[in-house]
Amino acid sequence: MGCFEYLEPSSISEALQLLEIYGTKAKLLSGGTDLLVQIRHNDFRPHYLIDLKRIDEMRGRIIDSPLEGMKLSSLTAIFEIETSTEIGIKFPILAEAAGTIGSPQIRNRATLGGNLCRAAPSGDMIPPLLVLDAQVVIQGWSGERCIPLSDFFIGPGKTILRHNEILREIVIPPPPSNGAGIFLKYGLRQTMDLAIAGCAIFLVLDYGNKFPFCQDARIALASVGPTPLRAASAEKALIGKKMSPAVISEVAQWAIQDSCPISDIYGSAWYKRKLVAVLVQQALGQLIKKGYEK
Amino acid sequence: MKHRITLTVNGELQDIMVESHQSLLDILRNEVGLTGTKKGCNSGDCGACTVLLNGKAVNSCLVLAAELGGSEILTIEGLLRGRDLHPIQKAFIAHGAIQCGFCSPGMIMAAKALLDLFPIPTEEQAKRAISGNLCRCTGYTKIIEAIMDAHKFGKS
Repeated sequence: MGCFEYLEPSSISEALQLLEIYGTKAKLLSGGTDLLVQIRHNDFRPHYLIDLKRIDEMRGRIIDSPLEGMKLSSLTAIFEIETSTEIGIKFPILAEAAGTIGSPQIRNRATLGGNLCRAAPSGDMIPPLLVLDAQVVIQGWSGERCIPLSDFFIGPGKTILRHNEILREIVIPPPPSNGAGIFLKYGLRQTMDLAIAGCAIFLVLDYGNKFPFCQDARIALASVGPTPLRAASAEKALIGKKMSPAVISEVAQWAIQDSCPISDIYGSAWYKRKLVAVLVQQALGQLIKKGYEK
Repeated sequence: MKHRITLTVNGELQDIMVESHQSLLDILRNEVGLTGTKKGCNSGDCGACTVLLNGKAVNSCLVLAAELGGSEILTIEGLLRGRDLHPIQKAFIAHGAIQCGFCSPGMIMAAKALLDLFPIPTEEQAKRAISGNLCRCTGYTKIIEAIMDAHKFGKS
């Protein structure tokens, strides 16, 4: 592995200072489950690794308030999200997604912030956070800024973070009271695999009639574009409609239109488009069924 | 740049100098001299390097030694009770869950992490616990049976 110096600041301001001094020669380290592998494969050759794990205010903190929503510190471990009672009750879609990442060993170290900053098109925590309309709080030298997660990703492996900024917190607004979400990940293996296609859906349904009426729909897709994306035309085709089989089928076709997969070793673009339709239909079907069971 | 770290490995205090880029796996095998933990893929995919870090199963190849100050590590060697094997090791032997043995330390440490929380796990729990551990020999069935049965061989 390429040699780097290891630095462990004990505060965010110290970390920001180090980023100012070392600039693009430094990389931030949280769980390390992606970064160390990338360094060993020579994807990055940082001179300095700035370990954020000694910084108390960045470590696993889940703060929930009815008015402000839920705030998760960036270094919340994936394992914590998977097993948190609060998250299991309020945002089960997040716990579901966390449970699909890697292995127990990986989940014990990997962090939410790391998953977001890695910005893989397949990133499992991203579609659920997109359908929950999450925001990210970015700390820089001159202060903090808060932006929608949907604006955070600009390409495969690329975010809007400047080299001297730190992703500090993820904020999830209070969800609609009668909403429900689901996350489906399709891969060759049940664990330790990237999503060949991923789909997160959050719906607000009215069950008064023969077919549920869709009051609100948010659909996000992973691995079928340069970044995880919200399927805007699919959402538009669903909101305000009764969820009959015909509508569901139409929504799935719009989701294909919203996606732009490439052919790679995980599958052809043709195949991934088929997967998008299948996952969207399965997710919608399962959500409707869950609602009736309630 | 060298870092001085103090950590506990299998109950014993270790005070060592490590390079920035060395992993926990490197220092366990080279500095501390415990070669029971294996280097398989060195990228967190195979689980052969699994140890317990402060009670949690981790891929030691993906933990930097320099960040370990104050940590407690348990390796396969730490399961030995005097000269007696640990109940999980006895279960693995009784069930024929070991062939070449290369995956076994990682499998057993992953199992220990589970059994510490759920002494009598279901098949699903056992499978999930070793979902990050590859075995090329056994086909996993006997490993899973051994994990579900380990409680009969003593307390974890």
